[in-house]
Amino acid sequence: MTEDFHSRMHIQVNGEPRQVREESNVTDLLRDLQLNVERVAVEVNLEILDRRDFDAKTLQEGDRIEILSFIGGGAGGIFDC
Amino acid sequence: MDFTEDQIERYSRQIILEQVGGKGQQKLSRAKVLVIGAGGLGSPIALYLGAAGIGTIGLIDGDVVDLSNLQRQVLHTTPHVGVHKVESGRRLLEALNPDVRVQTYQEHISAENIMTLLPDYDLVLDGSDNFGTRFLVNDACFFAKKPLISGSIFRFEGQLATIKPHEGYPCYRCLYPEPPPAGLVPSCQEAGVLGVLAGTIGILQANEAVKEILEIGDTLADRLLIYDALEMKFRSVGRPKDPRCPLCSANPTITVLEEHHVSCSV
Repeated sequence: MTEDFHSRMHIQVNGEPRQVREESNVTDLLRDLQLNVERVAVEVNLEILDRRDFDAKTLQEGDRIEILSFIGGGAGGIFDC
Repeated sequence: MDFTEDQIERYSRQIILEQVGGKGQQKLSRAKVLVIGAGGLGSPIALYLGAAGIGTIGLIDGDVVDLSNLQRQVLHTTPHVGVHKVESGRRLLEALNPDVRVQTYQEHISAENIMTLLPDYDLVLDGSDNFGTRFLVNDACFFAKKPLISGSIFRFEGQLATIKPHEGYPCYRCLYPEPPPAGLVPSCQEAGVLGVLAGTIGILQANEAVKEILEIGDTLADRLLIYDALEMKFRSVGRPKDPRCPLCSANPTITVLEEHHVSCSV
């Protein structure tokens, strides 16, 4: 079955509307956004999702997703070495 | 505590604020704040807190000033290249405001030294440059029950949060349970940061510190503020407490302070 036959769902990602294929999970969404699963935290409807559940978490119509990148910089060392 | 005429004049523009007043200025003058890292974030933090008349500012950093620091680390000046950052910082802060007592610790923060430092301070601001330190500071502040204002920057993005798990709010690990695998930390060649961004986030940390000391306004204790300097957008994301948090939940797996070593992959 080609992608055209899948219905699409409307979700919000970081406050912006986005359409995804039905049955998509969080890993699919991160892959579409070209984000590395190890470098982000994901909230689904204001609950933090354990990264072990990224595959199992199927997205639902109207879900509000927040993707937070893991950043650690500040003083300069990591930029200087 | 009585203020001299010079002090009243120095702080007049904030004493006049209804939310500060003489009582608020006294709170600031009695406050003891520890700044982790005298770099990109630590510089604006220390300068603005010093200017505001914070009584004691602790600076901990083991590095010396490098020419490549000066693009963003405004606590240091060109003649101080090669000088230890905490000493360079102490000199500028004392010149800025002789009311401030500057305590310097010329060492890198570690599991050994942090728990001996924290009892002397009311509030901690993290401006460290690596994940290992960030987790160490979070964990130590949790064990010592000290509020922590965490800021971080990367390229054009900044993040800010107030961390007070001892008051029932989430900790840093509620959001990020473990440091990322070392190989996934971007290499030094890839990384970079806009100097002004360090100023923006550091000043926001200082803002939250002043509010925390004065006990005014809303806090970021249950939110993460994300700033995109390119798009010029702020986003505030709810940060729930994780019932499975390895540190601050009812059944923690972390019960003693441990250091994580996460180096950048070159």
